[in-house]
Amino acid sequence: MSRYIATRAIRGANALVTEAELMLQKALEEKGPDTKVAFPNTAYYLPLILGMTGVEVTTLGQLPEILQHARRLLHPVPSKNNWTPYLGETLDCGMATLLAAETIEAIRFVYGLQPEPYPGFHLAGGTSFTSPDANKEGDSLDGHLNGPIDDIQLRSWGIQLVDGRMPGFAAIVGCAKSNEVAVKIVRELQKRNILCFLSGNVNGRSIIDQLVEEGVELGYDTYTVPFGTDTISAIYALGFATRSALTFGGLKGGQAREILLYNKERVFAFVLALGEVDDLKYAAAAGAINFGFPVIADTVIPEILPTGITRYEHVVSMPFNEIEGKDDLERAERLVQKCIEVRGVKVKVADVPVPVPYGSAFEGEVVRKADMRIEFGGKHSRCFEYLYMAPLDEVVDGKVEVVGPGMENVPPQGSMDMGIVVKVAGRQMQQDFEPVLERQIHYFINGASGVQHIGQRDIAWIRISNAAADKGFNLEHFGKILHARFKTDFGAIVDKVQVTIFTDPAKVQEWLQIAREAYDYRNKRLADLTDDKVDEFYSCTLCQSFAPNHVCVVSPERLGLCGAYNWLDCKASYNINPTGPNQPIKLGKIIDPVKGYWTGTNEYAKIGSHGQVQEVSMYSIMENPMTACGCFECIVMLIPEANGVMVVSREDTSMTPAGMTFSTLAGIAGGGLQTPGVMGVGKFYLISPKFISADGGFKRVVWMSSVLKETMAEELKAVAIREGDPDLIEKIADDRNVTTVEELLAWLEEHNHPALVMDPIF
Amino acid sequence: MAKGKRSYEERTADPAAQEMLIRADELGVSTAFSRAEDMPPCNIGGAGMCCKICGMGPCRLTKDGQTGVCGATIDTIQARNFIRAVAAGAAAHSDHGRDMAFTLKAVANGETEGYMIRDVAKLRRVAQYYSIPIEGRSPNEIANDLADLYISQYGQQTGEIVPIKRAPAKRQALWREKKVVPRGVDREVVEALHRTHIGDDQDPEHILVHAIRTALADGWGGSMMATDISDILFGTPAPLLGQANLGVLKEDMVNVVVHGHEPTLSQMVVAASQDPEIIEYAQKAGAKGVNLSGICCTANEILMRQGIPAAGNFLHQELAILTGAVEAMVVDVQCIMQALVELAGNFHTKIITTSPKVKIKGAVHIEFDEHHALTVAKSILKTAIDNYKNRGKAYIPQVREDLIPGFSHEYINYMLGGSYRASFRPLNDAIMTGRVRGVAAIVGCNNPRSKQDYLHTYVTQELLKQDVLIVETGCGAIASAKLGLMLGEAGLEKVGPGLREICETVGIPPVLHMGSCVDNTRILTVLTQMVEEGGLGDDIDQVPAVGLAPEWMSEKALAIGTYCVASGAYVIFGGSSPISGMPDRVSDSDLVLRYLSEGWERLYGGKMEFIADPDEMIRKTLEHIDKKRAALGLPAYDPMKFGRSGDARMLELEKLPAMERRQALYGVVGD
Repeated sequence: MSRYIATRAIRGANALVTEAELMLQKALEEKGPDTKVAFPNTAYYLPLILGMTGVEVTTLGQLPEILQHARRLLHPVPSKNNWTPYLGETLDCGMATLLAAETIEAIRFVYGLQPEPYPGFHLAGGTSFTSPDANKEGDSLDGHLNGPIDDIQLRSWGIQLVDGRMPGFAAIVGCAKSNEVAVKIVRELQKRNILCFLSGNVNGRSIIDQLVEEGVELGYDTYTVPFGTDTISAIYALGFATRSALTFGGLKGGQAREILLYNKERVFAFVLALGEVDDLKYAAAAGAINFGFPVIADTVIPEILPTGITRYEHVVSMPFNEIEGKDDLERAERLVQKCIEVRGVKVKVADVPVPVPYGSAFEGEVVRKADMRIEFGGKHSRCFEYLYMAPLDEVVDGKVEVVGPGMENVPPQGSMDMGIVVKVAGRQMQQDFEPVLERQIHYFINGASGVQHIGQRDIAWIRISNAAADKGFNLEHFGKILHARFKTDFGAIVDKVQVTIFTDPAKVQEWLQIAREAYDYRNKRLADLTDDKVDEFYSCTLCQSFAPNHVCVVSPERLGLCGAYNWLDCKASYNINPTGPNQPIKLGKIIDPVKGYWTGTNEYAKIGSHGQVQEVSMYSIMENPMTACGCFECIVMLIPEANGVMVVSREDTSMTPAGMTFSTLAGIAGGGLQTPGVMGVGKFYLISPKFISADGGFKRVVWMSSVLKETMAEELKAVAIREGDPDLIEKIADDRNVTTVEELLAWLEEHNHPALVMDPIF
Repeated sequence: MAKGKRSYEERTADPAAQEMLIRADELGVSTAFSRAEDMPPCNIGGAGMCCKICGMGPCRLTKDGQTGVCGATIDTIQARNFIRAVAAGAAAHSDHGRDMAFTLKAVANGETEGYMIRDVAKLRRVAQYYSIPIEGRSPNEIANDLADLYISQYGQQTGEIVPIKRAPAKRQALWREKKVVPRGVDREVVEALHRTHIGDDQDPEHILVHAIRTALADGWGGSMMATDISDILFGTPAPLLGQANLGVLKEDMVNVVVHGHEPTLSQMVVAASQDPEIIEYAQKAGAKGVNLSGICCTANEILMRQGIPAAGNFLHQELAILTGAVEAMVVDVQCIMQALVELAGNFHTKIITTSPKVKIKGAVHIEFDEHHALTVAKSILKTAIDNYKNRGKAYIPQVREDLIPGFSHEYINYMLGGSYRASFRPLNDAIMTGRVRGVAAIVGCNNPRSKQDYLHTYVTQELLKQDVLIVETGCGAIASAKLGLMLGEAGLEKVGPGLREICETVGIPPVLHMGSCVDNTRILTVLTQMVEEGGLGDDIDQVPAVGLAPEWMSEKALAIGTYCVASGAYVIFGGSSPISGMPDRVSDSDLVLRYLSEGWERLYGGKMEFIADPDEMIRKTLEHIDKKRAALGLPAYDPMKFGRSGDARMLELEKLPAMERRQALYGVVGD
C-alpha cells in the first residue's frame, strides 16, 4: 500500500461495510431472518464468506454475524502526520470490503436484483441456471448480465485451468478510454485464453456497455463474463477464486489463509482497473491483493512495486496516454502485456498466420446462420477430417494445398463439401497417436475468431462467419492453422505437417473412403485395447497444479475423470514430454484382478498422492476408489437402499435421489479425497466393460441424469446389449421421473431393475 | 564553554541534554558527563589485563610474558573477566525473567492485585511451543502450567532449557554439536562463577565455550521468558503514538518518572495514575493530575504498550532531576546510578526504590510486592503528589519528539500481510530484491565516555541512507526516537530509495522500536522467522544482518552480544573493548579479542568485534551485509534500481486545478 491508497481503501471499506449493514437491516425487517439467501447453482453457499469464515450462509439471519466480523476487520484511516503502519490494516479492510460486497449481492438476489437486469442483452452461452427464472421455460439468457459463475461452468473450465490452457483470469473493473480500446483489451486477453470478468463503471459507464455497443459477444462461450456494472459485482471474481481452491485444492471453508495462498501460488489472476479509481475500487483492490492478485490501472495512481503479498508488484500504474504506441490500439496491447508480466501469467501463444484473432478463448464462439458466410458439413454438405502418419520423406512440411475450387464462388450462406487431410511425420510418431492428434483439429480450428467447428471425423461441421471472410479468411487458412498448432503443441512427436484441403467432389469422395477405412481400423484397435493387453497404465497429474494430492490412473478401459485424456492421449503426452504429467506406471504384479489392484498402481498412488492415498482400486467404487480433482464429467454415487449407484452429470442441476444436487455432491467427490461409495468419472468410463466391474458393473446403475441418456443414447444401447439386458437403459430411472429414494425404489420395482436381485453391494 | 574538558556539544548530541548540562554547571552539581571526565578509565583494567579474582593479587600484567601470581596468562585472565561480565549480564536479565514467571504464577492463582492475563492469544501461542494443552482450558490453567515450566527452567540441572527449540533447526543442531545448549539458567551462571574461581578453568577457549552457553541461557532463556510473560500479562505491543525527551515533563502536573527495567511495577503505576482517586488527590494538591514518564528500559516497556512518554535514556536519569520538576523518580532494578540520591538532594525530588533487591542509601524505600501491586503503586504516587508542594522553580527544556513504537515480532508479522496473510514474505522479498540491503539491530546503552546518542544516531542515519532497515531496543531506541527517526515521515525523507518504497508500502518508520533491552529476544525471533519464511538461507548466520551496540557500557550488553554471536550474528560494539589488551606493548594480549572475532566466526558463523570509529562500524556493517548477500546469491545492492513507487507523483498532481488534474490523472475518460 501507500498512505494514499490506504487512506482511500480504508475509507471505502468503512463505507461499504456500513452500506451493507444498512441494507441487511432493511432486508431483515422486510423479509425476515429466515429468508433464504443463495447464489444460484453452487454448493459453496456464499463462496467467499464460506472460504474466509467457514460459515455456510443459507438465510439472511446468518449475515449479521458476517458483517460483525467485517466490522472487526476495519481500521481508521491513517493519520496525516505520525501515522501508524497501514499495510496489514488496509489488507484487513480489503477483506472486510469483500465480505460486505458478497453480503450485498446476496441481499440483492433476495430482492431479484441479481443477476443485474440489462434490457436487450443476450448472454453468449451460459448455463441458464444463473437466471432467477432458471426453471422457467423460455430464453433465460436474455435481459440480464451473468451474475456469479456457477459450479457447472467452474468445473467445465476446470481442466483448462489446471492444464494451463487457460492461464488465469482478468477482473476488469471500470470503463476503457474508448469502445475501440475496450474491444482491443478484451480481444488481447482472449487471444491468450485469459478469462475476462467484467464489472464496474466510471461515471455510470461500464466496459460492459462499451463491449455491448460494439457487438462483442459476452458470456461463458467467449470467456468474457459480464458480472455487473457496479464495482460490488467484482466480488464474483473472488468468489470464483475462492471456489477454485475449494473445488480443486481440497480445501475447506474457513481455511482462509490456505485458500488465499492457494490463489497466490496457483491461480494467475489480476485486476485491471480502467478509468478513475475511487474509494470503493481501492477497497476492493485491497481485498484482491489478499488473494495475491495484483492491480494494474490505466490511470495515474500510486504504484506499489515491492513484492510479497503478491508474487510480483502489488499495484502498477500505466497511464494510458503515457503508454508508448502509435495509436490507442497498440497502447491497449501493451497494457495487456504489462498485466501479464506483472502477474507472471504463463501464456503460450501459438503464432498462427491467419487474418483473424486466434486463441482458445474463441473456441466457444458460435457462428449463427445470419452471420454465416459459408458452411462445410451439416445438413447441406459433407465435411470430414483425417490425419495419418507417413514416412518423413513423403511429407513436405508447411505445404498447404487446396485441391478443387475455393469458397469465393459459393453464394452467401451457402455450403460446400470439404475434406481436411493432414499428413504428419516424425521420428517419435506412432500410429496410435493418429486419433489423438486428429481430435485436436476440432480445438485448433475453433481457435480462429469467426470460425466454428463441431464434431469430428466424417461428421465434422465447420462454419466461417462473414466477419472472418471479410478479413480474408479462406480455405488455405485451415491448413495454416493446423500446421502451426501441430508444430507448436506436438513438436516433440511431429516433425513435419502437410495439409491438403479437398473440395473437388471426386477427390472428396475418394479420400472419404480412405478415411472411413482408417476410422474402422481405429475403432477395432480401440476395442481391442483392453487393460489386460498392456503392461503399463499412465498417471495423470495435470490437475496437481490445482489439486495437489490427486492423481488419476488412466488405463485403456478407464479414461481420466475429466473425459479429456484416455490411455492413448496419455501415451502420446508422455512421448511429447517425458517428464510431464503423464508417466507410465509399470503394472508389476497383479494383486487382485477383480478389484483391479497391481503392485505398480498401488505404489504409484502412494507416491503420486504424496502419501494421502495408500491403495487404489481400478474397478471398484466401494473399496479404495480413485480420487478426483474437481473437473469430473459425472459423479457416481452409491444409493444403499437401491443396492446400486446413480450417475449424475455435471450438466444436471436437478435434485438427485441422494438428496443432493451435483454441486453439493461434487464437494464430497473432489479435492483428492478417497470416499468409498463416491467417485468422479469421465462419462465414457460408463460404457467401459470395466465400469465398477468389481461391484457388479453397469447393471448397478439405477439412476442416471437424463442428459446422459440423451447424449450417449447409442453407446448406452450397446452397453445394455453387452450386459445381456437390451432394455436396461429404460429400466434406469432419471431426473424426469425420480428425484427421491422412495420414488426410485418404486420405479425399480415397477421396471424390474436387475440391481434389486443382485448380491448386496456391500 | 562548559566547565568540563569537553564542550556541551561534545558531551551530548541531544539539545535537551545540552541545556540541562549547562544548568548542572550553573548549579555546580556533577553528572555522569562530568564525572566521566574527572575519572579517566583505568587503562590496565580497561584492557582486561588486571586480575583481582583472588587475594594473591590484584595482578596487573603489563609486560611481555608476565603472568599472575598463580601463573594465569593474559588470555586466561581476559577470558575470565569476560565470562564474569557475561554471567552478570545473563543473571540480571534472567532474574528479571524469573520474577516475571513468579508473577505469572501468582496471577494464574489469583493471588495478585491489579494484574490479569491481557493477551490470551499470546499465552496460547507460547504454550503451544511447549505442547502445553490449550483446548478447553481457561487462561489461568494454561498460565499456571506455563509459569511452572518457566520457573523450572531456572533451577533445571540437566537436559535443555525449553525455549531453545524456538531457534532454527540447523542452529539447534549446531548448538548440540558444540555442546553449548544450556541445561538450566542458574546452573550456567553458577558454573561460570565456579570456573573462574582461582585455580579452575584455565584454557581461554574452553572458558569462552561456557560464555556462549551462559549467554544462550539469557537470550534463549531468561530474556525470552521475560518478554513472553510481559506480553502475556501486559499485552503484546502494537504501534501507537508516543513522545520522547525531557520536554514530556509537565509544569502543571505531578511528574513521576519510572526508571529501571521491570514492567511489573511500572504497569501498575500507569494504572494507578489514571485512577480517579489519584487524579483527585493530585488535583487537591494543586496539580492538574499525574504525569508519568519513563527512563531507560522501564520507559520502553510502557512506551511500547501504552504510549507513556519516555523522558530519556540512561544518561537522562540525572538530567530529569536537574529540571527540578520531578516529584518522584521511582526505580526498580539495573542501570540506576547511585548519584541520583545525592543529586536529588539539591531539589525536592524523591528517589523511591521499590525492589527487594535494590536499596540506595538515602533513598525512600517503598517495597513493591505483586500481591498488593495496586496499593503499593497508589502509595508511591501519593508520596509523589504530597511532594508537589515542595517543587521550586522548574526548568523543563521544551524539546520532545513524537515516535511510533510498538513493533513486537507479532505485529511485524501482522503488518506485512494483515490478519489473513501475515508473514515475513514481504520483508524477505525486500531483502532478496535489494530494496532493503540488509537489516541492522542497533541496541544498547548510553556511555558518557562518548558523545551521548551520537554514535547511535550517526550510524543509524548513515545506514538508513544505504537502505539498511533498522530495528532498535533499549537506550539506543530512545536515541533514535529523540531525533524523529521513529516516524513514518522519516521513512520517506531520511532513507535510500529502496527502503523508502518499503517504508511507504507498509507505513513504517525506517527504525523500528522493538522494546527494552530484555526484548532483544524479539530480534532473535524475527531472524528465526525470516529464516523460516525462506529465501534467506536456512540459518541466522546467513541472513544479511548485523547487530551493533555503539554506546555500550553494561555487562548485560556483553551477554546480549554473546548470545547474538552464538545465534549466528555479527555483533559490533562501539567504544572500547573490555578485553582489548595492549598489543602494541604486550604481545599476545589480544588473543582473546581476536578469538571472539575469528574463533567464534569459525564455530558459530557470528563474531564479536569492537570498533570505536563510527565510519568504520558502518563500513564493516555494509561489508558484512554485502558478503552475506553474495553468499546467498542475491543481486548486488544497487540503489538506482528502485524508488519508483509511492505517493509522490500523485500528491504533486493533486495540487493542480481541477480540470488539469482530471486530464493528468485520467486522460480523457469514456467516450
